[in-house]
Amino acid sequence: MFDIERWQEIFETLSKNKLRTFLTGLSVASGIFILVILLGFSSGIQNGVTSQFERDATNSISVWTGVTTKEYKGLNPGRRIQLKNEDFNAVVTKYNDNLEYKSAFYTIWGGLVNYKNESGNYRIQGVMPDNQFIENADISQGRFLNHSDVVGAKKVAVIGNKVSQDLFKGDDPIGKDISLYGINFKVIGVFFDPGGERDESKVMMPITTAQKAFNGGNDIRSMMYTVKMSDNFDEAVALSEQISLGIENDIKETHIIAPDDISAVRVNNTLEEARKIYSLVDTIKAVFWFVGIGTIIAGVVGVGNIMLIIVKERTKEIGIRKALGAEPMSIVGMILQESVFVTMFSGLFGLVAGLGLLEFVGPLIESDFIKYPQVDFNTALTTVFVLVFAGAIAGFIPAYRAAKIKPIVALRDE
Amino acid sequence: MIQIKDLHKSYHMGTNSLHVLKGINFDVKQGELVSIMGSSGSGKSTLLNILGMLDEADEGSYTLDNVPIKNLNEKIAANYRNKFLGFIFQSFNLINYKSALDNVALPLYYQGLPRKERVEKAMHYLDKVGLAPWSHHLPNELSGGQKQRVAIARALASDPKVLLADEPTGALDTKTSYEVMDLIQGINDEGKTILVVTHEHDIAQMTKRIVNLKDGVIIDDSVVEQVRASQYV
Ligand SMILES: Nc1ncnc2c1ncn2[C@@H]1O[C@H](COP(=O)(O)OP(=O)(O)OP(=O)(O)O)[C@@H](O)[C@H]1O
Ligand SMILES: [Mg+2]
Repeated sequence: MFDIERWQEIFETLSKNKLRTFLTGLSVASGIFILVILLGFSSGIQNGVTSQFERDATNSISVWTGVTTKEYKGLNPGRRIQLKNEDFNAVVTKYNDNLEYKSAFYTIWGGLVNYKNESGNYRIQGVMPDNQFIENADISQGRFLNHSDVVGAKKVAVIGNKVSQDLFKGDDPIGKDISLYGINFKVIGVFFDPGGERDESKVMMPITTAQKAFNGGNDIRSMMYTVKMSDNFDEAVALSEQISLGIENDIKETHIIAPDDISAVRVNNTLEEARKIYSLVDTIKAVFWFVGIGTIIAGVVGVGNIMLIIVKERTKEIGIRKALGAEPMSIVGMILQESVFVTMFSGLFGLVAGLGLLEFVGPLIESDFIKYPQVDFNTALTTVFVLVFAGAIAGFIPAYRAAKIKPIVALRDE
Repeated sequence: MIQIKDLHKSYHMGTNSLHVLKGINFDVKQGELVSIMGSSGSGKSTLLNILGMLDEADEGSYTLDNVPIKNLNEKIAANYRNKFLGFIFQSFNLINYKSALDNVALPLYYQGLPRKERVEKAMHYLDKVGLAPWSHHLPNELSGGQKQRVAIARALASDPKVLLADEPTGALDTKTSYEVMDLIQGINDEGKTILVVTHEHDIAQMTKRIVNLKDGVIIDDSVVEQVRASQYV
């Protein structure tokens, strides 16, 4: 293998048969190139989809209510179900061991907010301190709501980045008063949300404050809990589902709702959603791998095919070499060494070209669903070696057979 | 140099078998220039291929330079061909993507000579056949006679004990044929043992001994007065 004379002979053969060398190399290089691009985009889609659903904590249970549609225990359908503080507390008490963050909400969908001459319409939400973690909100300035804000029903607000930009135009909003229906609230913090602008067009205040200010009394609009993550994804899904079901049943019982009334109480479990997303990602991955492996197989068959043609074309040359004293194994070795060299070299070339393209084009892609298309270098390198190895195996058979042909047969004029 | 005794060879095709050589006996001494004649299909090439270890006999013995040639595996046959024999073919059998020089150097590569020595030696033999100025030309840039001379240089390069030529002039016109025969005679004059298969009487007359084959047996084996090819070129 490391015989310089052998290598010289091989380089000479390759350089004097440029077209053949080029075509073999091209088919291998393009196979690897396509594979790298495929794997890159597969990981890009995976990153994109995952980040799309990363905006909220993925293990939350949210509960809201609607109107009954079924008659139950003498009560007419069409009843509006109103959640109360007690409903929230009951869930917290019952599932405390499994819950991590919890918050009740009192939401006003469109509220006119003023600061000096600027005004805007934003979602107003009374929340609890845990909501910071439930919504993955990042505090960029000041602080989030705390326990004493809630207990004291203080007139304080945390505003989204969008609200801050709209109303304060770059001024520091902390400590300033914004007004809402003539009531002043002191801004204590600004938050970013990975969910983007829509989630940042929001004003949050203590739920107790909101209930008081907007005549909510004891009412809450919805409630949200996050479930402590188990190590095992399936276990986590099962636990979330069990808790969701428990909450739904409890609320149906306290509010006298038919067990099969699906519109009166809604309990949404995002982990279940997350599972769907992850299985979608897995499917995408599997499809790309399937296509990728198909590409490799096609590449191997292609290389084998080329080897077959090359050997056929060189039968006479092989006969001449044998008549001049070449041993059969030296013929096999020569053909294999040539093919391994060409496939390896062009495979690596295709690999570098593919990685280069991903590196260059990847950052230019402006799609929410494709992000950072990348290929694990080791995976790509492994596929190159698989291709080279399989190509060598595929080439070995015709080479071996050619080396077995008697020189008189190979030399016979057609 | 060569002793063969009671050589038999048959070809089998399906159920048919064709008995081509039916007991050949002959000896060739060092420095002889022998031509093998006979009608088409009489087994000349078959005999030469066996002598060249490109094929094996079914029966009989073959001794080359006191080495018994039998039970050859591919590897040993390749070594013997490389060391003992030089081939000249009717259709030249040069490797078309290699220059004249590289073609001549190829048997030396299989002898394991380092590159520098190969080139020097190959150049020497190319010069000997008068083609030194053509050393870097590819075979398809050469005339038939030139190709055959390259092939002769290649056959000589490994300094074999015996040269085997199967109709070396078969693809050449008369004038070129004589030039090639002149070259072969010159090589023989230096002491090399040469066997030439030919159809042509004038070519056979330029050797020193004519062996006539018919239906797989030698019907005549006689020494002739050698005609020098140089008088025609
Ligand atoms: N590989 C083979 N398989 C089967 N039959 C063969 C084979 N090689 C030669 N023969 C047959 O053996 C016989 C002798 O062939 P050979 O080539 O030795 O003849 P030749 O004397 O060289 O003829 P020519 O002058 O035409 O070259 C022929 O009938 C030929 O058809
Ligand atoms: Mg013949």
